[in-house]
Amino acid sequence: MLHVADLSVAYGAISALAGISFTIESGAIVTLIGGNGAGKTTTLRTLSGLLRPSTGKITFLGEEITATQPHQIVARGLSHVPEGRMIFANLTVEENLAMGAYLQTDATLNAKNRAYVFSIFPRLQERLQQTAGTLSGGEQQMLAIGRALMSNPKFLMLDEPSLGIAPRLITTIFEKIVEINRERGITILLVEQNAHLALEVSRYAYVLETGRIVMQGPSHQLRHDPLLKATYLGG
Amino acid sequence: MSEFLQQLLNGLSLGAIYALIALGYTMVYGVLRFINFAHSDVFMVGAYLGYYLGKLVPPGTLWGGLFVLFAAMIGCAGLGMLIERLAYRPLRGAATLNVLITAIGVSLLLEYSGQRFFGAAPRVFPPIFPERNFQLGALIISTNQLVVIGVAVLLMLGLQFIVYRTKIGTAMRAVSQNPKAAQLVGVNNDVVISFTFGLGSALAAAGGILYALNYPSIDPLMGVMPGLKAFVAAVLGGIGNIPGAALGGLILGTVETFIGGSQWSTYKDAIAFAILIIILLFRPAGLLGRFTAEKV
Repeated sequence: MLHVADLSVAYGAISALAGISFTIESGAIVTLIGGNGAGKTTTLRTLSGLLRPSTGKITFLGEEITATQPHQIVARGLSHVPEGRMIFANLTVEENLAMGAYLQTDATLNAKNRAYVFSIFPRLQERLQQTAGTLSGGEQQMLAIGRALMSNPKFLMLDEPSLGIAPRLITTIFEKIVEINRERGITILLVEQNAHLALEVSRYAYVLETGRIVMQGPSHQLRHDPLLKATYLGG
Repeated sequence: MSEFLQQLLNGLSLGAIYALIALGYTMVYGVLRFINFAHSDVFMVGAYLGYYLGKLVPPGTLWGGLFVLFAAMIGCAGLGMLIERLAYRPLRGAATLNVLITAIGVSLLLEYSGQRFFGAAPRVFPPIFPERNFQLGALIISTNQLVVIGVAVLLMLGLQFIVYRTKIGTAMRAVSQNPKAAQLVGVNNDVVISFTFGLGSALAAAGGILYALNYPSIDPLMGVMPGLKAFVAAVLGGIGNIPGAALGGLILGTVETFIGGSQWSTYKDAIAFAILIIILLFRPAGLLGRFTAEKV
């Protein structure tokens, strides 16, 4: 579904990604793990078009999107839930969801997606008229995911969905991520610092270190890898 | 008492014009975080479009006046979008200072092109709307004041509708809050920014014509002072805040008129700016503005 070949990204003179390649199969949950500054967020931002790579090629659903504008990438079915959630804090929950469906003109499809979002996150329906900035961290994350689902994506990228939210909500949100993948058949690329959690829900994993992929494999195998255990899983 | 009401009426109609111009400053600031100094010259071009179009319609008719008003608004919307496309879009991502300096350049370009093409000598703005005075007790109300207040109120209600009830308006607010997130939900930010310039410039054109109706001598530098006042009004209300711009304009226009009618009339501009300084000392974000701390 998504194919990345030899992707390099630099911020000025500082290289953030040094030629990474990977492939994501349709229907999978794939995770990208690694420490701070490994290049995880840079990878997602480049895939969604916010950053331009210096070399490399990104192919999505058989078409090249390396130089495509972010709004056109969303239109092709690739949706990005960014780090720090980036909800529209002064807009209501309702307006945030409407913005998610910005490119969707099919009213019945919108109604269906909306109903689905409310079925997995009933909290959002209760707070529909509330200003999004007043939601708790966990609720904002639900809204960010709900907003992305409104664009009717085929492929969903989630950047650190566990960041800064209450532990009991983290479990809920990860359950929902698995549910979204299973019930809607949406392929998921999950970026996480919490490697335990990420390896638990994903099928395949890539480990990123200072801009390179240093390890990859089925998640259940990586969970028992001694090297990975020492570095990311806390021994 | 009647003098008070008379001055209040005059002040509100001047304030409504400031408000119309201030809205353009504040909306552009909202989406691009810079002050479009060329805005006051779009206001001037609006008045000149009104001047030339006013010769095409029979004078003193309501439909003729409205036709001139709308045509000038459309013309200036196009001008505003053109300025954004040619001068500001190539600087997207550049430092704000570069964009600010460019804006001053565009402002000078419009002012001196105005002198070249319209002539530097003031011209008399034609009476495009019917002119009559009504006596209401001791109060004298002119049709021009009614037109100014009526048009300004309708335009502000229209703007309110566009910004808070339509998809493009929601997108404007989204871009203003978080341009990256707006792109990620599929908004083409360039389209929204262009639309914002068009909308703001149309309001400036309306302001230009309404201003020229009340002060019917127009010249290519006529935008400088009202533009500065409107900028003050936008900052007063809280830059980036739409109701704030309207409120700031009304306050400034009213205060200025009252001072103009008092013994300190020669200090009216100084007092207007003093108000700005005092308000900013106590409320640095403006009357309705607020500092938004980003929540991570």
